[in-house]
Amino acid sequence: MVAACLPRERLRPLAGWLLLLSVGSVAAGRIEDQTEQFFRSGHTNNWAVLVCTSRFWFNYRHVANTLSVYRSVKRLGIPDSHIVLMLADDMACNPRNPKPATVFSHKNMELNVYGDDVEVDYRSYEVTVENFLRVLTGRIPSSTPRSKRLLSDDRSNILIYMTGHGGNGFLKFQDSEEITNIELADAFEQMWQKRRYNELLFIIDTCQGASMYERFYSPNIMALASSQVGEDSLSHQPDPAIGVHLMDRYTFYVLEFLEEINPASQTNMNDLFQVCPRSLCVSTPGHRTDLFQRDPKNVLITDFFGSVRKVEITTDTISLQPDLEITESSYKKDRMDEELMEPLKYAEQLPVAQIIHQKPKLKDWHPPGGFILGLWALIIMVFFKTYGIKHMKFIF
Amino acid sequence: MAAPGVAATDLEVVRGKRAALFFAAVAILLGLPLWWKTTETYRAPLPYSQISGLNALQLRLMVPVTVVFTRESVPLDDQEKLPFTVVQEREIPLKYKMKIKCLFQKAYRRALEHEEAALSLGSMQEAETMLAKSQKQAEGSLTVYVISEHSSLLPQDMMSYIGPERTAVVRGIMHREALNIVGHQVIQVAQAMSLTEDVLAAALSDHLPEDKWSSDKRRPLKSSLGYEITFSLLNPDPKSHDVHWDIEGAVQRYVQPFLSALSAVGNFSVDSQILYYALLPATTWPHTASPMSSTQWSPGWDPALPPFTQSSTFCSTYLMATNAFHSPRWGGIMIYNVDPTVYNASELPVRVEVEMVRVMEVFLAQLRLLFGIAQPQMPPKCLFSGPKSEGLTTWELDQLLWARSVENLATATTTLTSLAQLLGKISNIVIKDDVASEVYSAVAAVQKAAEELASGHLASAFIASQEAVTSSERAFFDPSLLHLLYFPDDQKFAIYIPLFLPMAVPILLSLVKIFLETRKSWKKPEKID
Repeated sequence: MVAACLPRERLRPLAGWLLLLSVGSVAAGRIEDQTEQFFRSGHTNNWAVLVCTSRFWFNYRHVANTLSVYRSVKRLGIPDSHIVLMLADDMACNPRNPKPATVFSHKNMELNVYGDDVEVDYRSYEVTVENFLRVLTGRIPSSTPRSKRLLSDDRSNILIYMTGHGGNGFLKFQDSEEITNIELADAFEQMWQKRRYNELLFIIDTCQGASMYERFYSPNIMALASSQVGEDSLSHQPDPAIGVHLMDRYTFYVLEFLEEINPASQTNMNDLFQVCPRSLCVSTPGHRTDLFQRDPKNVLITDFFGSVRKVEITTDTISLQPDLEITESSYKKDRMDEELMEPLKYAEQLPVAQIIHQKPKLKDWHPPGGFILGLWALIIMVFFKTYGIKHMKFIF
Repeated sequence: MAAPGVAATDLEVVRGKRAALFFAAVAILLGLPLWWKTTETYRAPLPYSQISGLNALQLRLMVPVTVVFTRESVPLDDQEKLPFTVVQEREIPLKYKMKIKCLFQKAYRRALEHEEAALSLGSMQEAETMLAKSQKQAEGSLTVYVISEHSSLLPQDMMSYIGPERTAVVRGIMHREALNIVGHQVIQVAQAMSLTEDVLAAALSDHLPEDKWSSDKRRPLKSSLGYEITFSLLNPDPKSHDVHWDIEGAVQRYVQPFLSALSAVGNFSVDSQILYYALLPATTWPHTASPMSSTQWSPGWDPALPPFTQSSTFCSTYLMATNAFHSPRWGGIMIYNVDPTVYNASELPVRVEVEMVRVMEVFLAQLRLLFGIAQPQMPPKCLFSGPKSEGLTTWELDQLLWARSVENLATATTTLTSLAQLLGKISNIVIKDDVASEVYSAVAAVQKAAEELASGHLASAFIASQEAVTSSERAFFDPSLLHLLYFPDDQKFAIYIPLFLPMAVPILLSLVKIFLETRKSWKKPEKID
């Protein structure tokens, strides 16, 4: 047996992987590379903050953008507990939606990105600048549930994706307020001071998006934007059945790029910078890497979009003395407990039979309301105007 | 007739000048300061100088060691010199801004009667039981007994012995430099039992510059006030396995003693669950932990330790002795392979009773790793007794407390310094009074913890360091600190110009006119002369 001939001391994980090689795993060489690569990145968990800052039906494409990024990020491994999704969420159940409970990201309704299992953390009017900044800096009131918090630590890589309408130096939140690039830069600085991130990838798909990352000054931030200052980001394709544009161009091509990524792929950031050239996007995407310490060609896409957790093999045990008496008696107790339990059933919650067979209630009589009174007063006045006031005497 | 008219206009002009001057004076001397004061953000005073002083804090960690000499352990003339105290300092070479010095305060004394009797017994266990009865040692302190060279308490080739409580035994020597040699050995033993560079490096791993990442340094859970431990049993195929595990008994019997030994470190709560139809996909190892965290529990600071039952031949040959792996700062997973012979006998579902002893051995080992209790590095020729039945020796707990205290102090200092830096950089953050009081208490707690560490009181130092961390985190993460008052310059102009310009223009113009006239009147006398 393999167990007997191993020395009882801690093996380095790399040595553990080498043992896998000797047993005859085919992909062992790749695993070793992966391990080396993985150890170089320095993060142990991944988070994503996806924000759609628009509401109303004609901004369908922003919601579809965010939801598509959400789907990719989930597919590549980040769990819902590590994603903070902020959406106005008024598309799927909008009265103008010809296909209710769906949000499509592709023409001909190929892909429903809303689905059954979307978890929106901040919806509708909760998507405000204040809440967004509170999520980033962690200054959340203590009553906030866990799913609405960004519980990152100094070994987290965070992906922040924002989309909506923007201008030179600001981003519009729900048509009522704005966040400026300086506030965003200050929020990132507060995150850095408290070591709430290891590395941060900031992607923004709005008009003049590059202005939002101009003012960053904290280390380890890489930023991508869909257009330069003075340019507009354009939408991709309208759908004649739904009646609105379904996605923005930059996000559409980024998603096409992400479709080819799987959790084990080795594609790096330089490829992401090439996505959506001017010929396809009409605007010029920009990126900023001067604050980032590693070379972008060494940064894997999965460092931010995927979630790979490091594991080590446990080689030591503590020796414990088994207490046989306790196990025996508990075994008997288990059996007894099972036999005594009665079958479970649901409690009676609603008297359904009564509700179904109810007779309609007699409505109480109410005196006529203002409208009826006003209407009759008008009719009577018109009558007496026409036929003369002398007829009034006969009434009163 | 013209003169009174001229005099009247003169008077009016003078009055007008005076009025304009008074307006200007009120506007500048009263109005400007008032506006400035009322539009500034409220900042309660903070001890900035003390916070910057914390960075230059020199941490001195004192380990009080009592060295007890039995008869015939060292030459007589050395024995005459007893009792006395010697302090040995060692600087810990870490690339950290806080300098850390380790002080071993050795108090030498002669052995008392009952100690002599205990150390002349036959075996080490008996000796230890007798010694343990007499005294209870404070956290952080050590006692080293020096026995004679030819004593049979230790095996012949071993020079020292480290016990599970805070005691150790070292062989004496009949030599001129006996005290120095023995002292050196005592230091070696004491270091193994208390503070080494590795222990402190692991504690400060987040604050040190990263030249190389050792997996040891990133494995332990961060220091926290409490921990929630969840034991989960995943049964992917309940149709074929009917799994039972006596988790209550196992927790009571094996885990609870371990956690009570660790109770100084934090509050623990333990719960358990059984998950049916939860799958472990047969992919490469690094990806297995993430689908599990997506199903139910969110890792964060709840380590989940699930054992697993499945009947497939999934990787059973690839795993090593323990069939288990763990993920840093999260938890561990153990794969429990059901014995294949069970299937031949009965029909499905097969009743499986999980062997809790085997499982708990692995889990306690993983818990030790997750808490950062490393395998001790023994000095050469040293006999180590192994941990007690709880799985933890008392001095390992002390090591943990030291590491945690240092980590807490480092975190609290960083938080306070970052807060001070942020307040300097971003001018719109409001500091309310309660936040300021938290900062003051955090600073006081850091200083108290440093003092206690320097005097060797480990328990109170640890509590003070926990207070420091809690206060500083509360101050930093107070929701009122969120600044939303940033206005770009053009917006500020847009607000103030319509308010101030209509008032300022007449005042400024009249001031200019007054100034020009005064200059003209100064020049006039020259011309006449």
